[in-house]
Amino acid sequence: MTFSLDVVRLGSRAGAEIDRICAWLVESVRGTMKRRGLVLGLSGGIDSSVVAALAVRALGKDAVLGLFMNEGESSDDTVQLGRLIASSLGVATVDENISPMLEAAGCYARRDAAIREVIPRYAADWKCKLVLPSVLASDRYRIYSIVARSPTGEDTTARLTPAAYLTIVAATNFKQRTRKMLEYFHADRLVYAVAGTPNLLEYDQGFFVKNGDGAADIKPIAHLYKTQVYELAAALGVPETIRARPPTTDTYSLPQSQEEFYFSLPYDRMDACLYARHHGVSAADCAAALGLQTDQIERVYRDIDAKRAVAKYLHAPPMLL
Amino acid sequence: MSTSNPDDVRAKLRAFVAKNFYLADPTSFDDKTSFLDRGIIDSTGVLELVTFVETEYALTVADDEMVPQNFDSIDALVAFVAKKRG
Repeated sequence: MTFSLDVVRLGSRAGAEIDRICAWLVESVRGTMKRRGLVLGLSGGIDSSVVAALAVRALGKDAVLGLFMNEGESSDDTVQLGRLIASSLGVATVDENISPMLEAAGCYARRDAAIREVIPRYAADWKCKLVLPSVLASDRYRIYSIVARSPTGEDTTARLTPAAYLTIVAATNFKQRTRKMLEYFHADRLVYAVAGTPNLLEYDQGFFVKNGDGAADIKPIAHLYKTQVYELAAALGVPETIRARPPTTDTYSLPQSQEEFYFSLPYDRMDACLYARHHGVSAADCAAALGLQTDQIERVYRDIDAKRAVAKYLHAPPMLL
Repeated sequence: MSTSNPDDVRAKLRAFVAKNFYLADPTSFDDKTSFLDRGIIDSTGVLELVTFVETEYALTVADDEMVPQNFDSIDALVAFVAKKRG
C-alpha cells in the first residue's frame, strides 16, 4: 500500500469516534472517578475547544466549567476565541487573570534575568520567543536560540547558554503550572475532574509541562492525531474561526508557531511522519508522500526519536521504592 | 585553557561526557560511539557540550558547526577541536 497523508484521517469514522469518546467520558467521569463534571482551561485553540465540545456532548453543558486563564503576554486571540467556544457551547466560565500569581512567583523576573545573560539590553518592555533551526534546512542540532524584540521593533537573536536556556524554560513553566493549580481549585470545589487537552502529537512527543498542562484526570484526545482533532472539530460544530486559526504556543510574548518552537513540520505533515515512524514506513516512502527528500525525513525521524526519549521522564509517575 | 595535545583533549572530553551525562561505566562507550544513537546526550546536553568546548579551548562554535559530524562522538569532537585550533 502506498503511504499517504490521508492515512491518519478518520473520514466517515469521525462520528463513531465522537460517540466512543463520549461514552468513555461518561463512564470514566461519573462511573470510575465519581465526579460530577469536568473543568478545563479554554485557550481558544483547537484542542481545548474540541475537548470542551466532547465534554458538553457527553455530560451536558451544566456539567462543564471553562476557565479563561490569561496573563499579560497572552495573545488577543486567546481571549476572544476562548469566549467564542464557551458561548457557542453555553458552558459556565470563570475569568482568572494569572498575571499577579506569575509576578509573585517571579516568572517574568527570573526569565528576563536569564535572557539578560545573553542579551544584556533586554528589559521588561521587550518581547521574546525561543526558536529552533529548521530540521528540513540542515542537520544542525535542534538547539534553541532566543529572539528578543525591543520596543522600537529591532530583533536580536542570540544563542543561549545552558543555564540561561534551562532557567527561561523553568520560569516560563510557571504559566502552565499556575493554570493547572487553578483548574484543580475549581475541580475540588465543584467535585469535578480536570480534563487535559493534549493530542497524540503533543502527548507522544512530550510537548507539555510536567505537572503543568501535562497534569489531568482524563485526556480525551490524547489518542488522536492533530489532523483527527480538526476532523472532530468540524463534526462537533466548533466555530470556523477557531478551526481556521494556525496552532500557536501562546507561551512567549512574541508570536510563535509550534513548528519554530517544537515540531519539525506543520501539524498535518508531522502527523504523517509520526504515524510513519510508528508503523515502520521507510523514510524514502514517507518523503515521497510528503514531497520531501529522504534525508530530510531521516532527520525528522531522528527528531521524533529524540523527543520521545525526553518524553519518557515527562510521562513517568513518581518513582517508589 | 587546556593544552591542544590530542590525547589530553580526548581524555578531557571523555571525562566531561562521563561526568555530566551520568555514565556509570565510562568504558561503556568508545571513541566512535554516537551520542545520539546511544541516547547519551539530548539537545540540552549538546548545548552543554558546545559551551564546554568553547570555554575549555577558547573557541567560537558557529551555528552551522553545531552538527553531528562535529559533536556526535569523542572522535568527532577531537577532530573538530584540532581543526578549529589549527
